[in-house]
Amino acid sequence: MSLFRHSRRRFLQGAAGTAAALSGLLPGRPAFADEVVVGFIYVGSRDDYGYNQAHAQGAAAVKAMAGVKVDEEENVPETEAVEKSMESMINLDGATLLFPTSFGYYNPHVLKMAEKYPKVRFEHCGGLWTPKDPTNAASYFGYIDECQYLSGIVAGHTSKTGKLGFVAAKPIPQVLRNINAFTLGARSANPQAQTQVIFTGDWSMPVKEAEATNSLVDQGVDVVTCHVDGPKTVVETAARRGIWVTGYHCNQSVLAPKAYLTGAEWNWEQLYPKFVKMFMAGEPIPNFYRGGLKEGLVKPSPYGPAVGEAARKQADDAKAKLTAGGFAIFKGPLVDNRGKTVIAAGTQQGQTDPTLEKMDYLVEGVIGSTS
Amino acid sequence: MAAPASAMAALGWWGLPLAVIAGAVRVSTPFLFVSLGECLTERSGRINLGLEGTLVMGAMSGYGVSYLTGSPWLGVLAAGIVGSLFGALHAAFCSLPRVNDIAIGIALMLFGVGLAFYIGKPLIEPQAPILPSIELAWWSRVPQLREALRINVLFLIGIVLAPFLLWALKHTRWGLILRTAGESADAALALGYSVNLIRLAATMAGGVLAGIGGSFLSLYYPGNWNERLSSGQGITAVALVIFARWDPMLCFWASILFGGAGALGPALQSLGFSEGYYLFNAAPYILTLLIMIITCSRRRTLIGAPAELSITR
Amino acid sequence: MAIAIGAKLARRDARGDQLRRAAESIVIPLLALLAAMILFGIFVGVQRVNPLTLYALMYRGAFGTWFSWQNTLTRAAPLILTALCTALPAQLGMVIIGGEGAFVMGGLAATAAALALPDAAPLVVQLAMAGAGLAAGGLWIAFVGALRHYRGVNETISSLLLVYIAIALLNQLVEGPMRDPASLNKPSTHAIGTANMIGSIPGSEIHWGLAFGVIAALLAYVLVYRTSFGFAARIVGGNLRAAQAVGLAVGRLVLSLCFLGGAAAGLAGMIEIAAVQGRANANLAAGYGTTGILVAFLARHNPLAIIPVAILLGGIGASGGLIQRRLGLPDASVLVLEGIIFLMVLASDTLYGRFALFTPRER
Repeated sequence: MSLFRHSRRRFLQGAAGTAAALSGLLPGRPAFADEVVVGFIYVGSRDDYGYNQAHAQGAAAVKAMAGVKVDEEENVPETEAVEKSMESMINLDGATLLFPTSFGYYNPHVLKMAEKYPKVRFEHCGGLWTPKDPTNAASYFGYIDECQYLSGIVAGHTSKTGKLGFVAAKPIPQVLRNINAFTLGARSANPQAQTQVIFTGDWSMPVKEAEATNSLVDQGVDVVTCHVDGPKTVVETAARRGIWVTGYHCNQSVLAPKAYLTGAEWNWEQLYPKFVKMFMAGEPIPNFYRGGLKEGLVKPSPYGPAVGEAARKQADDAKAKLTAGGFAIFKGPLVDNRGKTVIAAGTQQGQTDPTLEKMDYLVEGVIGSTS
Repeated sequence: MAAPASAMAALGWWGLPLAVIAGAVRVSTPFLFVSLGECLTERSGRINLGLEGTLVMGAMSGYGVSYLTGSPWLGVLAAGIVGSLFGALHAAFCSLPRVNDIAIGIALMLFGVGLAFYIGKPLIEPQAPILPSIELAWWSRVPQLREALRINVLFLIGIVLAPFLLWALKHTRWGLILRTAGESADAALALGYSVNLIRLAATMAGGVLAGIGGSFLSLYYPGNWNERLSSGQGITAVALVIFARWDPMLCFWASILFGGAGALGPALQSLGFSEGYYLFNAAPYILTLLIMIITCSRRRTLIGAPAELSITR
Repeated sequence: MAIAIGAKLARRDARGDQLRRAAESIVIPLLALLAAMILFGIFVGVQRVNPLTLYALMYRGAFGTWFSWQNTLTRAAPLILTALCTALPAQLGMVIIGGEGAFVMGGLAATAAALALPDAAPLVVQLAMAGAGLAAGGLWIAFVGALRHYRGVNETISSLLLVYIAIALLNQLVEGPMRDPASLNKPSTHAIGTANMIGSIPGSEIHWGLAFGVIAALLAYVLVYRTSFGFAARIVGGNLRAAQAVGLAVGRLVLSLCFLGGAAAGLAGMIEIAAVQGRANANLAAGYGTTGILVAFLARHNPLAIIPVAILLGGIGASGGLIQRRLGLPDASVLVLEGIIFLMVLASDTLYGRFALFTPRER
């Protein structure tokens, strides 16, 4: 299989697995007694240049730690299959710490397993834990809209037409918050800027995403960004059409070195080793954990060559303010794109404000509707 | 970089038909190739539902070869060869007595998709060189029109191929032999031809076209390889053949219609009309079903259908 | 006297033939399975994975422990029901590949039924859900049958198109009219309530869906092989023109069997809601209907054979995670193995009647 040679990472993984398999009587090296087995479960392919790859990078950072064995499964759907994957990791591999990384795994699957296996720790990505849930379950999430706000600033400065595009999967609060933060950032740089949204309807639909990007370009959009699981298609299509793009989930600059302006990235490789270390030391890990730039859970991609001085300066300033804390992206007076005031003048909603979690509007300057 | 905003605004709703046409050209090519290939296969009296697997294998191998060699055209060639191998596999299984061609098709769909995902794992991340396009509207100052007429060579080949196949089926000796095998195996035997050999050739040719159709997905639009690349284009294209009554030219129009319907949803949203996008996204399927309901009847469905085809018997 | 003995001997012979045929229909698929395992073994062997290691692991993941068995049986449960969606109409020679659509519609209708009865007793709600699931799935595929019978629309194609349409409907309803506003980032309907969930079979973690599946398969077997209705259906499947000539009501057979097949898949959708998810959302379209097609063809559309085949495929699915983690093989290995098994079993159709051992003795 000559193709296998070209992915060293994959090849080494395979080789390591095979060596392990041949060394034991029963295949696969069982964990050593003093080793902690940490399981990672992904909803898609971990090479997707997106959501799952960001988590896999976190898993890779955990793999580098001493005394830890990492278990990974990819393409696990949000059905009973994920319950069985978790149980299999617990029962057959002795995993005691699990990272089911897809949002939809939590209810009912993670909750069910947390009740059944009280000695196992479940760290879910999504920020969904409430005090009535089992205490061995936990859920964390990052305020990635902070980075989308920075991307918006850069996009607003760079765009010549003032028309920005956003390819989104579904109109859910997390996505709307990203679209709004991006637009507010852009309008802070160029008050005339507008963001055109297209919902594809699902998290991974390459042909639809390419079609959406093309439609946006045809409408005069010259900077596009996205919130789908794998941004590769949007980034490449934008670059081929000769417009600019800002990334999401991961750093996609190698896919479009000239067109890539910046991007909103997760920083799980910072968080996961921290959690695993706390777990091994027996320290309590917060059940509900959220953070943004300040906590280092998210980070912007390095600026691309097309980003000008003014853009860099304004984005760096905003980043400094967000990192220091106290700066609110969503503050009054804020009007949605139907003319309704959603945040009254004089009030502001800081990042930890729970009302932001229920966002169901698109701010003024966004073309599109939430239903 | 992009045209001035005023030009855009002036275009307004007129942008919709342009966007739909542009989308139709972009999206329809895989449907066109797969349906032309399936048309050949079915005219010889066999149905190959496995073209979904062939399409995905073609997409994967085309991308892989383009990545390894640096030449997207070698990728297209490889996709065609892989497609012909899958066609040969289908024909070989079906030539065994009592083996059902529809079932083998479903099995090959599963096998092809699985194999492509398996081998294609290391290809999700890298970037391969993709096929160039030809700008037919360089003279125009309307960027939307220029984009609508930025056309891939494969699409042009498809345009030429459809009437050529129609002519070849009607007027050449090969076409006649193929159709004879499809209408009556006994008649072909009586003329001294091996029905299995004819169908082997027809299924392999169908596989070549389906593989090339797949390579269009990975090497031109959207132009990368991943496991969600095909959302059932291969199997829907097989549906289009029945819809197009086994006529290559109608296959062409059906593919364009289907591609255009698929482009409707995003185009409407880009104009700010975003209600009910799931239903708009399902438009191609609803449209195909409706047209089939309207145009079929208990008797007329047999018109144009090869008599040896298992689905019409 | 002599006549009586002769009749007895003939009966014994007939029984012997029956046994021989039964043995043939067990031995040949097993041979095909073996061939598939050898081929897949070579496939992974090329990548320096020891096939014996692989199969030992797969056995452990599928049947090696009580946990593995439960994993396998839980996965098998929906497959038995969705396989019936292909197998029942197949008695008439129809190829239906749209079980996924019936599954989705069944789950959606069952959820709607539960939400329409907020104050009813759990048993009433569950019965209403089952009724709605059966009816929605049944009507969905009966529509396919009606299109075939009255308009001549090819059933393979229309059932496939209806899968895409069902999933679009599901998404549109779940994110629109049926959405629970509190389901923020995972658009879903309201929950049907813990009290209305159907539990597990006592002493296990396997939900009652498995029992429903087995009962449905047994009933389908009786219907197809032990009633005149089933006999008539098989005549139609064997030769449509002959069936019409002897005056069988083909239309009624088509609609009934399509309805029953769709109802089975719809019931599977209802169980997915009532035993697993608790609410409807995009996760309902998880591919159970598609795998059901494979199960039906592997079982050669025999409802009884569907049960072991579903367990086999459930086991392959259950072991997929383990081989991914221990051997570093891609998750698609499962698909490749399933594809090879499928091809080998279908190819083995050609072997029937080729072995002297299984052919009826000359008298």
